[in-house]
Amino acid sequence: MESTMEHAHPSRKLYLLIFFALVVGTCVTYLVAKIDLGIWNPVIALAIACIKAILVILFFMHIRYSSKLTILTVCAGFFWLLIMITLSLTDYLTRL
Amino acid sequence: MSTATQPASQLVMPAKHYLNDNYGIRSWLLTKDHKRIAVLYLFSITFFFFVGGLFAAMIRLELLTPAGDLFTSDTYNKLFTMHGINMIFFFLIPSVPAVLGNFLVPLMIGAKDLAFPKINLLSWYIFIVGALFSLATMVTGGVDTGWTFYTPLSSGFVKTHVILMAVGILTAGFSSIFTGLNFIVTVHRMRAPGLTWGRLPLFIWANYAASLIMILGTPVLAITLILLALERGFHIGIFDPKLGGDPVLFQHMFWFYSHPAVYIMILPGMGVISEIVTCFSRKRVFGYSFVAFSSIAIAVFGFVVWAHHMFVAGISTYSAMVFSLLSFAVAIPSAVKVFNWTATMYKGSVSFETPMLYAFGFIGLFTIGGLTGLFLASLGLDIHIHDTYFVIAHFHYVMVGGMVMAYLGGLHFWWPKITGRMYPEGWAKLAALITFIGFNLTFFPQFILGYMGMPRRYHAYPEEFQVLNVLSTAGASILAVGFILPLIYFLYSMRFGEIAGPNPWQATGLEWETSSPPPTHNFEETPIVTEEPYHYGADREVTVVP
Amino acid sequence: MSHNLATTEEHHPALAHQFDTMDQQREASTFGMWVFLLTEIMMFGGLFTAYLIYRHKYYTAFVGGSSSIDVTWGFANTLVLIGSSLTMAMAVWAAQNGKRRQQMIYLALTMILGVAFLGVKAKEYYEKYDECHIPGQVIGKGFNATGGCDAGDPKKGNIADDLESRNVPPAAAAQIARQTEIFFSFYFAMTGLHATHMLIGLGVLAWLFLRAKRGEFGPEYYTPVENVGLYWHFVDIVWIYLFPLLYLISRNGHEIFS
Repeated sequence: MESTMEHAHPSRKLYLLIFFALVVGTCVTYLVAKIDLGIWNPVIALAIACIKAILVILFFMHIRYSSKLTILTVCAGFFWLLIMITLSLTDYLTRL
Repeated sequence: MSTATQPASQLVMPAKHYLNDNYGIRSWLLTKDHKRIAVLYLFSITFFFFVGGLFAAMIRLELLTPAGDLFTSDTYNKLFTMHGINMIFFFLIPSVPAVLGNFLVPLMIGAKDLAFPKINLLSWYIFIVGALFSLATMVTGGVDTGWTFYTPLSSGFVKTHVILMAVGILTAGFSSIFTGLNFIVTVHRMRAPGLTWGRLPLFIWANYAASLIMILGTPVLAITLILLALERGFHIGIFDPKLGGDPVLFQHMFWFYSHPAVYIMILPGMGVISEIVTCFSRKRVFGYSFVAFSSIAIAVFGFVVWAHHMFVAGISTYSAMVFSLLSFAVAIPSAVKVFNWTATMYKGSVSFETPMLYAFGFIGLFTIGGLTGLFLASLGLDIHIHDTYFVIAHFHYVMVGGMVMAYLGGLHFWWPKITGRMYPEGWAKLAALITFIGFNLTFFPQFILGYMGMPRRYHAYPEEFQVLNVLSTAGASILAVGFILPLIYFLYSMRFGEIAGPNPWQATGLEWETSSPPPTHNFEETPIVTEEPYHYGADREVTVVP
Repeated sequence: MSHNLATTEEHHPALAHQFDTMDQQREASTFGMWVFLLTEIMMFGGLFTAYLIYRHKYYTAFVGGSSSIDVTWGFANTLVLIGSSLTMAMAVWAAQNGKRRQQMIYLALTMILGVAFLGVKAKEYYEKYDECHIPGQVIGKGFNATGGCDAGDPKKGNIADDLESRNVPPAAAAQIARQTEIFFSFYFAMTGLHATHMLIGLGVLAWLFLRAKRGEFGPEYYTPVENVGLYWHFVDIVWIYLFPLLYLISRNGHEIFS
């Protein structure tokens, strides 16, 4: 039972860095929303949201330093969410 | 450590075990012992099984005659709704996981308890709270929307206690989530030394797969019921077409959980059958890895077929074709299991104790039920048999002929471990036979009825369907006897049953290597596993724990 | 009757009987919290799925609804919550390093930021109540987005007006404005579920604060802080998605329906 992996954790400086990245991401999202980019507006907004979520998951939630099992668990969660959204949309997007 | 079993006359109950370790109601209601919690569940779900059975009896009584003369149609709607809700949420879903799973999972993996004993107890309390909501609904007039709660009937039209019932069900759902969470963490993190994944009993694989479904599917039911309650309470239009909502969306969200739910119900039963078949064939399971992975496959595939309940609801035809194809695919892993159980028995030394009788019943009846599922999965055919008795017969074959038989088989198989005493074998065999006959007489006619066009959820029907309905009701009365007998002799055996000893079946598995009943901490010493599971063979040493 | 394999390890007071070592306990608890978060992903996920379907079906109504909630407050709240995630991560660091005072400070800061978030949400909810944008006719003043909210102020909560100024013809604007009720159903359901989770989180943080004050956490045992941290970060991630999905639907002020 390996325990050394779990004890590795980010430094406070890294936390601060991630925080600033998240703040920047939020500001960019806010500002880009004011420009008309048509279909790309929601795409960019959600892409930035995904990057922010990944940063929180990797560093604040320590996934970067966690076991394979934990990483698999997180991926399974998003995969299942994807199944639910995609298969439901196969109905709604193909209705005549 | 002797190498032979002790003669029956020398078997004694262990001096201290989990049942007599502590006395008093507080030691039970505040227990953290997974075995006691399993027993608490056993009593709770047995109660709800008979409540659900009572509703079934009333349904079958009404259906004796073509006219709807026993109950008004509104009351009849309540009967089948409460039958479904009680049986599904308060009996079937907890049955094997909460009773047998809770008891056996730590024992089978050589652990002292589950990972989170307090959460385990909380899970039982949450179940009881949900059950109380359900009982409250029943005594204040019940619900009449069908267990499926389709909108806008449930969100806007009926005057019955939909919200109260929805809260009860969603509460019971959280109980299920906590049980599943506990099992997953336990199996990952608390296996005994040497117990690799490839050496786990198939019962563990099955419950693990069911637990995956519990944690991934049940939350969607929770949010669906919350939205239903909000819509009904505040008259907002999420599913109500009059207010701009889409009733089919409710069905998508509802079935996203409720289809995988049927696999929550059946997978643990399949795990039980694997254990029974191998023991009473004295032969290792044929194709262990296939059976193990088929459990996971069923769990995963089970999530992508839900709209086969909605073929005639107005979903797009293209989407229906996709779901139909996937529904055919999900039958494959189940078939794999049936083939492997059969192959296990081939050239084995088969004996016919009660658990094995139930296992035979399961294999035959589940196969019939499963095959009829393919009829329903076929788009063209479903148009004709959807919402008929064909569907009812199909799911009762898999749920009663399959799951309930598996549950009873498992109860009989592990009864000596749970109580330290044997049930009376003669009566048990009789009950198994009566159950089998009663079951087939009740539900086989329903296939024919459905095929002939009798709709479900109707309390009045055309004259020409009466003979089959009478047969079905007759069968139900026989089936009732088959279910009541075990209640009587199990209770009897708790006090007067023959002392079982640690391993009355000469079975493999860690749970049989501790006393019957086990001590509170399960094992005197943490076992170390060195052998494959189901290592039946002439050279097998039988360990007897004094 | 000792059955503890690791007889050389001192029996830490927080070691539960079913576990053999503190390591095993920590791994099991953390994994357990992740499995629980999995269930939360699916619960919010159900809501998000329904939201996506209705956004697709009633896009212009969603635009109308989104433009009527204050994006500046949403933006501010996002920063507040991200800040609280930082302070939570710091609290975990402090617990890992046995720094009692810092644990308490960071946990307190996290709670303060959480309360601030909820305060802003309360203000936003009040605004919606005032503008007759609470869906349904049961609570609030009854839904009305076509100018009938306040007899003396026809512009209050008047989304039809708003849409007309973005070049939507009046008849269509009135219909779309009525349809925004579904947007608000989702707005309240999603932010409401999120706020409920925050409230529960605040309660748990308070309990954690008391335990930290008693000096219960240190390098060998800080799992509860870590696990509550995981929960808190998850709640933050939900908001990270809620903000663009609810507040930023076609915010560029350009005309729709050209």
